[in-house]
Amino acid sequence: MNRFFASRPGTWAGFAAAAAVLFGLAPLVLSGFRLGLLAQFLCYAIVAVGIGLAWGRGGMLTLGQGVFFGMGAYLMAMHLKMADAAFRNGPGAVPDFMELAGIRELPAYWAPFASPVFTIAAILLLPTGFAVLLGLAVFKRRVKGAYFAILSQALAGAFAILLIGQQSLGGFNGLSRFRYFFGYNLDDPVNQQMLYYIAAGVLLAAVAIALQLRRSRYGELLLAVRDAEARVRFLGYDAANIKTVAYATAALFASVAGAVFVPIVGIISPASIGIVPSIMFLLGVAIGGRATLLGPVLGALAVYWAQTTLSEQFPSGWVYAQGLLFVLVIALLPGGIASITALAKRIPTKRAPAEAAA
Amino acid sequence: MPQRSTITRLARATGAAAAACALLATAACGSRAGEETQAAESCVDTSGDTVKVGALNSLSGTMAISETTVRDAIYLAVDEINAAGGVLDKKIEIVAEDGASEPTVFAEKAEKLIREDCVAAVFGGWTSASRKAMLPVFEDNDSLLYYPVQYEGLEASENIFYTGATTNQQIIPALDYLAETGVKSLYLVGSDYVFPRTANAIINAYAEAHGIEVLGEDYVTLGSTEFSTIVNQVKSAGADAVFNTLNGDSNVAFFREYANVGLTAEQMPVMSVSIAEEEVGGIGVENIEGQLAAWNYYQTVESPANAAFVAAFKAEYGADRVTSDPMEAAYTSVHLWAATAEKAGSFAVADIQGAADGVSFDAPEGTVVIDGANHHVTKTARIGEISADGLLHTVWESEGAIEPDPFLDGYDWAADLTVSK
Repeated sequence: MNRFFASRPGTWAGFAAAAAVLFGLAPLVLSGFRLGLLAQFLCYAIVAVGIGLAWGRGGMLTLGQGVFFGMGAYLMAMHLKMADAAFRNGPGAVPDFMELAGIRELPAYWAPFASPVFTIAAILLLPTGFAVLLGLAVFKRRVKGAYFAILSQALAGAFAILLIGQQSLGGFNGLSRFRYFFGYNLDDPVNQQMLYYIAAGVLLAAVAIALQLRRSRYGELLLAVRDAEARVRFLGYDAANIKTVAYATAALFASVAGAVFVPIVGIISPASIGIVPSIMFLLGVAIGGRATLLGPVLGALAVYWAQTTLSEQFPSGWVYAQGLLFVLVIALLPGGIASITALAKRIPTKRAPAEAAA
Repeated sequence: MPQRSTITRLARATGAAAAACALLATAACGSRAGEETQAAESCVDTSGDTVKVGALNSLSGTMAISETTVRDAIYLAVDEINAAGGVLDKKIEIVAEDGASEPTVFAEKAEKLIREDCVAAVFGGWTSASRKAMLPVFEDNDSLLYYPVQYEGLEASENIFYTGATTNQQIIPALDYLAETGVKSLYLVGSDYVFPRTANAIINAYAEAHGIEVLGEDYVTLGSTEFSTIVNQVKSAGADAVFNTLNGDSNVAFFREYANVGLTAEQMPVMSVSIAEEEVGGIGVENIEGQLAAWNYYQTVESPANAAFVAAFKAEYGADRVTSDPMEAAYTSVHLWAATAEKAGSFAVADIQGAADGVSFDAPEGTVVIDGANHHVTKTARIGEISADGLLHTVWESEGAIEPDPFLDGYDWAADLTVSK
């Protein structure tokens, strides 16, 4: 632990400052509604940290993170619906939306989600395992670049269409109306604040994991694969394995983000995980600066915050303002928002070559 | 450096972070399941000269084309009420928000309107997905939503007033009309989501009870425009009529293909429940002339209230604009809220809920009355035929307004459709 932080004196300070802002300042100055909104954006930021790792450091243009976000979200939503039904009508009861759709028998694949332990294990393992299998299948065949991007995007589109057809998963309407989160009332403002703390804690943990991966020997390898995959292969490394680890980590982050998102927002539907939301995830990372550690986080927060603020100010014309903002950022700051500090740094001091060899 | 120490340090860092947030999380726990939650205190302030209401419609995204027309109707109603002196001597002030055709945005904006803008009521929503996303927000914050679109029924929330038709005010009258005209077999075509699926479940139960044969039931994904296979199946099945629950762009492709293969309204009429004046232009009148639609209101309805509504709407938004059923229901919903507030002498949610039963309004479609038990309104069912001028003309209407029955309790053949309320 000490060496983790001692390697860079600024890291401690950075994490302490972020924790102070997220856990101390934000709940003090924001209203309950704004804090809930921030919690939602923090979930998007968690996805962004993963994309920063896979795309920024690993060069994999993951246009389909909605798939993993959606998996985590639906897995959590299924548990919340089961818990809700059990609370109202006894264990094993059919969730309310199924009753309305005329489904009398609980589908077999729903039953295990009555267990919180099974649900959490599924959220952690299922999307990650899927990403490992997919990653190995794709990267072993040396699919990369635009082909990988198209594949991942098609996957997001297909996943959303698949879900729309599943009446036992709420179809087009998705799953909504959650009342309890592991036994706590979701309509209680104190519990809503607790969910915000969870989102903030998960984000800090995700950033810490990403930082450690970047500084490790693995991080160096990942960067090498991004910049010269053939050379890494000649040195005897299996580039596919290296890429798969980053891809699976990004999937894990997205899945956990989805799982935290569901109780905060109160609904998950195919509209939140298809192609357009997947591109929005990526947009935040691009705007923030994909290759930096905090760029994706700041970018995601900035993009969604701007979207909300603009649409509140100009309900009928905000889409144009948002488009203009994207054009301006990409034209003036090709490296993203985080490149502002990098630009400032570059002038007085030269970058230490041993920067990442902690 | 050995790889192992990296992993150990990684694990330690994660462990510490997890422990820290677990500690924080448990320190801030509120009420548990089964305990009463302190309901959030309403922040609605009506001490000034104005009362704020929310207009929450999709102004961007795929639903914008439909929902902006509803927004226009809400503004028209508010202007009318303000011109006549307001509600309880207060002018209505609209706070507009964009639902962006996305359920999560609807939920977010609804919460913003209630908690930040402190509106007394919200008007809007279109898709069932948007309503289902907003419902918990209105229930948890104990606020009011007026939802203006026909929908699949099977819902009754204390915090929502449904001013569009439920199934027994639209689908069942449409089936009654088809049965009256001698239809013995039906083919069902719909988009794959909850409304068409529920509608078709009702149609199947009705058909079984009334000796009508259902020859086929096909669904396409929302927005799909590939209909050659389905239309050929419809043609070869040779049903007496087609019941169409397609939504949006799919209607354009479906009716063009339908006309392409040579099917006409005389041979095999199509009864649609999502095609209104707005959509006819997009489909092309020549492709759809003579086909049927089931609604509660058409621009051509003859009544003094409707003449005034259409004239006022065209004066405000232009002579080329048309009025449609959801617009009329939205317009009516604002007037119903105002009338309820006047009757209650208050804007408080509990007072509005208490006073709602029996509140009526002379709407363009005819007089509508709120049913206090299920928060729906009485509505006159009308079957319309699409004419060459692109408008719909009533060919049949129900005898008087139909009482709302969202759970179809009054229909024996529908007993198996719903498990519970």
